[in-house]
Amino acid sequence: MSILIDKGTRLVVQGITGRDGAFHTRQMIDYGTKVVAGVTPGKGGEQVHGVPVYDSVADAVAATKANTSVIYVPAAFAADAIEEAADAGIGLIVCITEGLPVRDTLAVYHSVARRREANGNGKPRLVGPNCPGLLAPGIAKVGILPGQIAKPGPVGVVSRSGTLTYEVVHQLTRAGLGQSTCLGIGGDPIIGTNFIDALTLFEADPHTEAIVLIGEIGGTDEEEAAQFIKRHVHKPVVAFVAGQTAPPGKRMGHAGAIIAGGTGTAGEKMAAFAAAGIPVARIPSEIPSLVAAAMERRRARAGTKRGSASGAKRAAGTTARRNAAARGNGSAARETQRSGRAAARGKPARRTRSQ
Amino acid sequence: MNLREYQGKELFARYGLPVLPGQVASTPEEARDIATSIAGPVVIKAQVMVGGRGKAGGVKLANNPEEAYDRARDILALTIKGLPVRRVLVAQAAEIARELYLAIVLDRSRKLPLVMFSSEGGVDIEEVARSTPEKIVRFHVPLEGLRAYQARALFQPVLKDGALVAQASDVLLKLWRVYNDADCQLAEVNPLAITPAGKVVALDAKVILDDNAEYRHRDWDGWRDRDEETPGERLAREKGLSYVKLDGDIGCVVNGAGLAMATMDLVKHYGGEPANFLDIGGSSSPEKVTAALKIITGDSRDRGGAPKVRAILFNIFGGITRCDDVANGIVQSLAESPLSVPLVIRLTGTNEEAARRILADHGLTATTQMDEGVREVIAKAQEVAV
Repeated sequence: MSILIDKGTRLVVQGITGRDGAFHTRQMIDYGTKVVAGVTPGKGGEQVHGVPVYDSVADAVAATKANTSVIYVPAAFAADAIEEAADAGIGLIVCITEGLPVRDTLAVYHSVARRREANGNGKPRLVGPNCPGLLAPGIAKVGILPGQIAKPGPVGVVSRSGTLTYEVVHQLTRAGLGQSTCLGIGGDPIIGTNFIDALTLFEADPHTEAIVLIGEIGGTDEEEAAQFIKRHVHKPVVAFVAGQTAPPGKRMGHAGAIIAGGTGTAGEKMAAFAAAGIPVARIPSEIPSLVAAAMERRRARAGTKRGSASGAKRAAGTTARRNAAARGNGSAARETQRSGRAAARGKPARRTRSQ
Repeated sequence: MNLREYQGKELFARYGLPVLPGQVASTPEEARDIATSIAGPVVIKAQVMVGGRGKAGGVKLANNPEEAYDRARDILALTIKGLPVRRVLVAQAAEIARELYLAIVLDRSRKLPLVMFSSEGGVDIEEVARSTPEKIVRFHVPLEGLRAYQARALFQPVLKDGALVAQASDVLLKLWRVYNDADCQLAEVNPLAITPAGKVVALDAKVILDDNAEYRHRDWDGWRDRDEETPGERLAREKGLSYVKLDGDIGCVVNGAGLAMATMDLVKHYGGEPANFLDIGGSSSPEKVTAALKIITGDSRDRGGAPKVRAILFNIFGGITRCDDVANGIVQSLAESPLSVPLVIRLTGTNEEAARRILADHGLTATTQMDEGVREVIAKAQEVAV
C-alpha cells in the first residue's frame, strides 16, 4: 500500500496539451494510473491519449469526479493552477512545475493551508512545487518519476530531489528492497509538503516498515525532521544529505539549495540526524545496507519478544512484518523511552501486542 | 541574483528610502568628477560582492576630489578575496552618531517574511546573533502585509525618541515595499545610520532578488554584471544550465541538481576534488551536452592558462532525460572538438541500451554504477597527473 495515492486516485492533468503534460500523461496511463481528465483553458472538448480535456478544473471535477491533480503548466501560471485546483475541491495537488517566484508560492501555500484547516480532513494537500511527484510501485504514479526503477515493498522514500531520488530508489530495488511510496517533495525554499508531513504519513501507513529521507543543503527542514523523528517516528529512518561539498552562498540548481548566512550546511543536517540517533549514509550506495540493517534490527527485536520460532518465520515474511510494532532506530535507552511513551499514550506497546 | 551596493541603493531610491547621493565609477577620473559634483567629503567603496570590504582596504574616505582620485585609483587596483575591483561607489560621506541593522528576509521555516532589527549595526549580524542574540528584534510580516503601527511597535522600545521611531518606521515600510514588490529574498540595510542631526539614512544596501521572478521584472537584466561572469558562467546562463565553478580537477556533468551534488560529494568521498557543479537539466539536447563540455574544459584553466580539469565524468540517470540523447551529444561534441582529458561515462535508465550502442560505435563505453564511475574518473585523473 501507499501514502497519498492509491487505486482510488482519479487524476486530472493541468496543462495536459503541453509537451510535458502530454508526454507524462501517456507515461502515467501506461503505469496504470487512472487519468480521468485534462485541463487546458480554451481546449475543452479535445482529447489527449484518449483523455477528455476540459476548460477548467471545476468542469473536469464535475464530469469525472477527479480527486487528485498534477500540474505541468508554465511557472507564470502555476500558482493560479494550484489555486484553481484547490477551489474545485481537489484533495491532492501535485505541482511539478519549477521556477515559481517564492512570493507566488507563499501566497498559495497559505491559501491551501487555510482551506485544509477549515476542512479539518487534511485536504487539500499540496506537494511541490518543483518536484517529481509520487510513485506508489505497482499502484499508481502522479508526476514524472520513472516507473521501471521501483518495485513494491516496505520502504517509504521521501526526498527534496528528483534524479537523486531515482538513483536511491534504483539502488534500493537492486538490493531487493521495494518501496511503499516514493515521494519527491521538491527543491524550492517553500514547498507544500515537507519532511515532517511525509514522515507523519509514512509512520501511519501500515505497509511502510522503514523510511529513507533524502535531504540537501539549504533551510532547516532536515534539522526539524530529525527532532520530529526522535519524538514521533517509531519506524526506522535512514537519512542522506546531498551537498557536502557545496560552497556557501551559491545556489546549487534548486532554488532552495543554498547555504545562506552560514546555515543550511550538509554537515549541520547530518549532525542533527546523528544526534537524534538516526543512521546517516555518507554516500547513496550506503543507503540500502543501512535500511536492511535497520529493518533487521527491528525484526530481531520483534523475534526476541515473540520467541525464536515465530520470530524466524516473521523475519522471512513481508506481510507478517507489518504487524510487528518493534522500533527500529537508535539506542536501547531510546527504545525504552519510546515504549514507555507509547504506553503512556494508551497505545498498545509492543510487549502487549507480541506476547 | 545578488545586487551590488550601488544597484541596491538605486532600487532603494526608487522606493523613496533615504540614501545619500552617489554614483558608480570605473576609473579614478570618473571618481574625481563624481566627487566634484557631490561637493564635500565622499566615501569610496569597492563594489565587490564579498563581506569585509572595509578590512581589506576597499572603503576609504576622501575629503576633496583630488583625494577621491587617489583613493579610487588605490581601490580599483585591489583584488578582494579573489575578486578584482572593477567599480567603486563614490557617495556623499555621512557623519554617524549611531549604527543600526535592519533587514527583511524569507523565513523558510515559518513561511513568512521576517523583519530583523538590531541596535548593533555596522557589524556582522551573524556575529551579533551569536554573541548577543537578545539585541536582535524579530517580527514576522503577516500575509496581509506590514502595517505602520507594527513598524512603530518594533522600533519604539529600542529607539524611544519619537522622531527617530517615525523615521525608522518610514524606512521599514518602504523597505517592505522593496522586498515585496521587487521579489526580494533579502533586503538588508547595514548600517542604517543615525546622523548627529538625528536623520536616519541607509548607508549600505544588500539585496538578493528571486531569480524565478525575473520574467516579470524587465529592469533586472540591466543589473546583471556581465563582465563579472566567467565565459563558462555566461555560456551556462545562455544555455540554461546550472553551473557553479569549484576548485578541483574532476569535471562533473550530471542531470538533476540533487544527483549533481551527490556526485560531487562522492568524488570527494573517494579522494578526488570536484571541479564544478553542473546540472544539464531534464531534457538534454545534444547542444546542452556540447555546451557542458565547453564550459568545463574552458572555464577551469589555472593562472598559466593550462586546463585544470584532469578528467571528466558524465553521471546520467535517465528519466525524462534520455540516455541516447546524452550519448549523441557526447559523440557529436567529441567529433567537433576532441577532448584532451579522459572521459568517464556512467549512464542508466531511459534508453540506456540505445545509448550504449551509440557510444560503442564510437569506441566509447559506459558504466552503470555511480560509485564505479566516480572511482574510475579519479583513477584516470591521477594517471594524467603522473
